[in-house]
Amino acid sequence: MSRIKTFNLPDLGEGLTEGEILAWLVKVGDTIELNQPIVEVETAKAAVEIPAKWAGQVQAIHHQEGTTVEVGTPIIAIDTDPGAGPLDAPSTTATPGGDLPTPSAASLAAVEVAPAEGMVEPGLIGGAAPGGRTAVLVGYGPRTTAAKRRPRKGAVPAQAVAAPAPVAPAPPPAPVAPAPALDGRGAATGGLVLAKPPVRKLAKDLGVDLSTLTGSGPLGSITREDVQRAASGAVAAAEPITATAVATSAASFGADREQRIPVKGVRKLTAENMSRSAFTAPHVTEFLTVDVTRAMKALDRLRGRREWRDVRVSPLLLVAKAVLLAVKRHPMVNSTWAGDEIVVKEYVNLGIAAATERGLIVPNVKDAGRLSLRELADALNDLVQTAKSGRTSPADMSGGTLTITNVGVFGVDTGTPILPPGESAILAFGAVREMPWVHKGKVKPRQVTTLGLSFDHRIIDGELGSKFLRDIGDFLADPEAALLAWT
Amino acid sequence: MAKGDPGGTTRSRRPAPRSKKGAAGSPELVQLLTPDGERIDSATGPDGTEYRVDFTDEEYRGLYRDLVMVRKLDAEATALQRQGELGLWASLLGQEAAQVGSGRALRTQDMAFPTYREHGVLYCRGIDPIMPLGLFRGVDQGGWDPNEFKFNMYTIVIGAQTLHATGYAMGITMDGKIGTDDGEAAIAYFGDGATSQGDVNEAFVWASVFNAPLVFFCQNNQYAISEPLERQTRVPLYQRAAGFGFPGVRVDGNDVLASYAVTRTALDNARHGQGPSLIEAYTYRMGAHTTSDDPTRYRIASEVESWQAKDPITRVKAFLDKQQIADAAFFAEVDEQARRESVHLRERVLNMPNPEPVTMFDHVYPNGSPLLDEQRATFNRYMESFEGSAH
Repeated sequence: MSRIKTFNLPDLGEGLTEGEILAWLVKVGDTIELNQPIVEVETAKAAVEIPAKWAGQVQAIHHQEGTTVEVGTPIIAIDTDPGAGPLDAPSTTATPGGDLPTPSAASLAAVEVAPAEGMVEPGLIGGAAPGGRTAVLVGYGPRTTAAKRRPRKGAVPAQAVAAPAPVAPAPPPAPVAPAPALDGRGAATGGLVLAKPPVRKLAKDLGVDLSTLTGSGPLGSITREDVQRAASGAVAAAEPITATAVATSAASFGADREQRIPVKGVRKLTAENMSRSAFTAPHVTEFLTVDVTRAMKALDRLRGRREWRDVRVSPLLLVAKAVLLAVKRHPMVNSTWAGDEIVVKEYVNLGIAAATERGLIVPNVKDAGRLSLRELADALNDLVQTAKSGRTSPADMSGGTLTITNVGVFGVDTGTPILPPGESAILAFGAVREMPWVHKGKVKPRQVTTLGLSFDHRIIDGELGSKFLRDIGDFLADPEAALLAWT
Repeated sequence: MAKGDPGGTTRSRRPAPRSKKGAAGSPELVQLLTPDGERIDSATGPDGTEYRVDFTDEEYRGLYRDLVMVRKLDAEATALQRQGELGLWASLLGQEAAQVGSGRALRTQDMAFPTYREHGVLYCRGIDPIMPLGLFRGVDQGGWDPNEFKFNMYTIVIGAQTLHATGYAMGITMDGKIGTDDGEAAIAYFGDGATSQGDVNEAFVWASVFNAPLVFFCQNNQYAISEPLERQTRVPLYQRAAGFGFPGVRVDGNDVLASYAVTRTALDNARHGQGPSLIEAYTYRMGAHTTSDDPTRYRIASEVESWQAKDPITRVKAFLDKQQIADAAFFAEVDEQARRESVHLRERVLNMPNPEPVTMFDHVYPNGSPLLDEQRATFNRYMESFEGSAH
């Protein structure tokens, strides 16, 4: 038995066919123990950690984070006896998994009694947080992969293609799903051609090899028209198509100078949520330009205080505070349209739209209205750090009641934000710029910003929306006075 | 939730001998060991029954060993599923005390009807823990002999086993095996979600009107997959029993001593001919419903954390430690045993042979059947038609 063992992505949840690598918890060269969590994988059902099947040293990692991997595909190779010296040539060939039922004595000896938290179900709250989850604006279900059922007849698994002596002639890679392996070899994904039986019959009759066609039907299936076109010689041969597919997957443009990016993950959810919200809630957007010089000075004074020394303080903190105070004065803006009733909430789960590598996510600070300014600052910093590291959990993203989008960080003045579904107000906070401004009768350079507030006109009339925005503006124009007057 | 008038049933409620404070907070909860590991001498049930246990030091240590073993083996099974060695696993994490407490309260002659999560009860019945793993690996049907161990097959259909148990218990009565100290009783396990099933309610009715020697043991782990308890019931589950005409009690399901005491009493009542009762073991599923489930999608971290503070094992350990019933060497030895047995279990799972396809014809009828023999022969010919037919 080879000392290098290859772990194939298992079916993590009853009939799934693929999973997305969210994060590697180990890297090549790491020494790992049996059952040590090595990778986080998200399937259509759950995001889970996979514990190592063998103890040893990580020899190779086959797929980058963010890759969607077919069940049965090798994802990691582990040297189960790294102390035995350098590898000789033959043993470096990765053995396909599945033929390795017995753990080595070394791996068994390396078992540690798992600590209490090690017993926690992977993927459980309170266990290691499953990171980099697909974002949702409201509610739960991140769903990056469709729950496909297994095809009845086993598709040729990728490993069989890589095996030294394939039993069946492996069909060329299906051009539908470009999923290149890290080393650039085209990973043969499945290889099964989708076509309805009558279409297969037609192809057989016309002498067309289905595996050479690119399907134009649903899920890339081959249609009657595809076959007929191929038969009349109007379709390009398989080779150029495959070449194009590979080129596209390398994030460059094809011969037609267009790139096709599959809509999935965060992009897909964002699109769904935005369209849903934009076409159900009648949006009104109002703008207000405010002199925030005093607020900026107040921030500076805050930074100078000893107890605030190690806290990151940004203008967003004051905007958040302004929003929370204004909500107290106008509770109706913190509500949800629920068909035949309006649900007004006493608590504010303040959402902060964040641009991350994975796309737009909107985690929220739970019950932010109850927090002191310092607690709010800490909560905002935590939330941003978590979002940036891609570890925001669905719970952090669900239940938002009112949102701030800080477009100012991109250097723009304002925008007309779209409401997260279920919320009734969202504030866009623009860049703070030094601008000529009439201050005490004279034009002076002042720190000025523009606020943009979108609200759901089914609940909030122009009067209420305007008062709410005006209050936020008043606070930012003179925070001390507003605090004295309102609280 | 109101502990209001249960609707016509008169109850004598005596004050508990010692007031219990703490997380559960509910006066209805029978508890003998607090989350901090403090022993309560006795507790009173809603019908005035007094619950207490009197264990030797050795027995206390034994219960602790059971809890640790059961948790460790369960964690190993979860890991094996993640590694592609099991198709599915339903973890019992968090419910160890309810299972070990009730499982150890069973007497040899008593018959248990589990769901698919009763790995702890199975362990207490002396069944090799590999047995359910074969089922979830898909290499057998969970092949222990229910009659040998007095532990029925795992039932996947929600709540169906409560009817099987009712039938079995009625059989005990018909056999005349009740009414003495050595009488028999049956116990049916199910969850809070199952209480919404017709089967369970039918079982309640039948067991009640036929006075079946049966204990309904509901592990209320707060979730029916993703559906929280407040979507199952408006009254505490144990109070449902009153409407069916038998007693119900809620016990701290994270307290192995109380779970034992309450189950032992209910079983003894049953074997003496006093009919069925309902135990609601109030506990929490710390893990996912099964390995196909992601609980972070429907419950919040703070809730899980609050239950972590009520961990069933931590409190026993604290108690043993405080009372000097066990020392560090003992705890280390138990951990070591758990480690060894989980490694052993893993090794055996990985070496489980795949069954020959033709074995699916075995065990269909006790004495065979001509039609089946014919099918078997046809199937054998079919299998032999393959090249190099060593499948």
